[in-house]
Amino acid sequence: MSITRSSRVAGLALAAIVVAAACSSSGATTAPASQAPASAAPATEAPASQAPVTGDIVIDGSSTVYPITEAVAEEFQKANPGAKVSVAFSGTGGGFKKFCAGETDANDASRPIKTEDKPDAKSEATTCKENGVDPVELQVAYDGLTVVVNPQNTWATCMTTDELKKVWDQGSTVTKWSDIRADWPAESIKLFGPGADSGTFDYFTEVINGEVDRSRSDFTQSEDDNALVQGVAGEKGALGYFGFAYYEENTDKLKVVQIDSGAGCVEPTRETIASNTYTPLSRPLFVYPSMQSLARPEVAAFFQYYLDNVNTFVDEVGYVTAPADILQKSKDTLAAAIAK
Amino acid sequence: MATTRPLPPLTRRRAGSERSIEAFLFMAAAVGVLTTIGIIVVLGYETLQFFTKVSPVEFFTGTVWSASIKPYQFGVVPLVVSTLMVAAIALVIGIPLGLLSAIYLAEYATPRVRTLVKPILELIAGIPTIVLGFFAINFLTPNILKALIPSIGGFSALSAGIVVGILVTPLIASLSEDAMRSVPRGLREGAFAMGATRFEVIRKIILPAALSGIMASIILAMSRAVGETMAVVLAAGTNPNLTLNPLESVQTMTAFIVQISLGDTPADSIQFYSLFAVAALLFAMTLVLNLLSDWIVRRFRNAYD
Repeated sequence: MSITRSSRVAGLALAAIVVAAACSSSGATTAPASQAPASAAPATEAPASQAPVTGDIVIDGSSTVYPITEAVAEEFQKANPGAKVSVAFSGTGGGFKKFCAGETDANDASRPIKTEDKPDAKSEATTCKENGVDPVELQVAYDGLTVVVNPQNTWATCMTTDELKKVWDQGSTVTKWSDIRADWPAESIKLFGPGADSGTFDYFTEVINGEVDRSRSDFTQSEDDNALVQGVAGEKGALGYFGFAYYEENTDKLKVVQIDSGAGCVEPTRETIASNTYTPLSRPLFVYPSMQSLARPEVAAFFQYYLDNVNTFVDEVGYVTAPADILQKSKDTLAAAIAK
Repeated sequence: MATTRPLPPLTRRRAGSERSIEAFLFMAAAVGVLTTIGIIVVLGYETLQFFTKVSPVEFFTGTVWSASIKPYQFGVVPLVVSTLMVAAIALVIGIPLGLLSAIYLAEYATPRVRTLVKPILELIAGIPTIVLGFFAINFLTPNILKALIPSIGGFSALSAGIVVGILVTPLIASLSEDAMRSVPRGLREGAFAMGATRFEVIRKIILPAALSGIMASIILAMSRAVGETMAVVLAAGTNPNLTLNPLESVQTMTAFIVQISLGDTPADSIQFYSLFAVAALLFAMTLVLNLLSDWIVRRFRNAYD
């Protein structure tokens, strides 16, 4: 008898807990939703006239563009608590594979989508089309690919693009700094760079080595730029490259290398990147939502918010804002895509 | 002279519920076995696909590993050497620490000290390995290793080895201590009666008697160190470099698997299959180590009853 009574009590208690949890959670979702327009993020003008949207948005792609998208996503989620935006950074190439398979709603990219079909590999644009995914190209900012060395490296203040090619090219046998320039010390070089899934890798190899994905393979590869920062900051002879934002955030741990592409040594700064004086490593940054995903109201709202507010975030994160006419072009492309 | 009375026959209802309980327990055990068989089948199938594209000779003897950057080369030697190097450093740290802790706990500690120290030691085994990895990268390398060896980089096999050594210490300590405590008291007391000092008893009686258990614990620790993933990925880096220098950044087999899994790899690319080949090799290595440990325990166990 005592067994059945205590099990009855336990069952009632369990039921009471479940009911209480259900009541409190449904209460919680209604309250913040009604407060959302009032408590919009101070840094931006959230579209107060728009009702808060709900839904899940999945974005992947470039680790370079990631800080911008993540910052936009955070503010968007504050204004729209029912929306959940998850942003990952598998690399531009890795992200496109997922995007063209329909697994993500948008792809961050630090290079334009590949449109050229090669004999051994279809281009990303073709793969997307075959799977019924229509990418919409929106340029959101500029980046200057920054080459960095360890702060204890006192000799490499400026390097030419030819020297960079000598170090990074496929089959390169450079193992010491003195192999690059005879008057540099014989310190061994430790290389750090993004892996083959990264748009930064694609862009760097294309402009420095002359061919996309052509590179030596004996270096520490990571799509996580923070790991690269750690790596370069930790070794005297280190040399690495990644997006400008990651350098700006860590100027105390890294030393920037000026790049000479024939017209003298240029240091990457916002001015030199925007004016393209820092060449050839200035590059546009993109976000590619798919037309199919834009049909959903939360995705459309997110990208409208993105383009309306991107300049604030780009400045915060450390990249270079795209000029007004390019941003306007992106906004027009987005509006046209949503209208379809 | 008692005769045992036969048990009363089970009623039909009780026999039925007995059988269903037995079936349920059997199914629970079968789930574990079937999962293992499933893993072996999947690994085997995809590895065979890999070997249709890359020759096994190149895989097992090649010394360059370049899985994502063309030209693709799949020589697994750098990954295996790095894995073994990190495991070796881990054992160099873990065996002395673990064994000496075990000797202290088994032979010298008072019961009060034992109840205090043993749980704390086992707490180390409960630390999430990724936390140990962060500890290595943010504290161990910059503050301790750099102070001792200024030329060391941010990522190194030494840093990973030390952290994995800390990880396996409780394993060795716990199993060795159990082995030592199971040596019969009679042997100990006989030695003391003959005038041996405590340390002589440990050195000459206890350790040889408990040797099979201690060796089994060491081999299990090695198999754990070989399979350790997150701590090693963070501390040793991702540079598939063939080297025996522990101060350099290396990439172990587990770190490679993580690296490819985090990026995205289409299901029919060569990188996808290389993942399975490396995983199968890792599985085979730990299987051999575990079987070896079982065999050692059985072969060298001294039966005292």
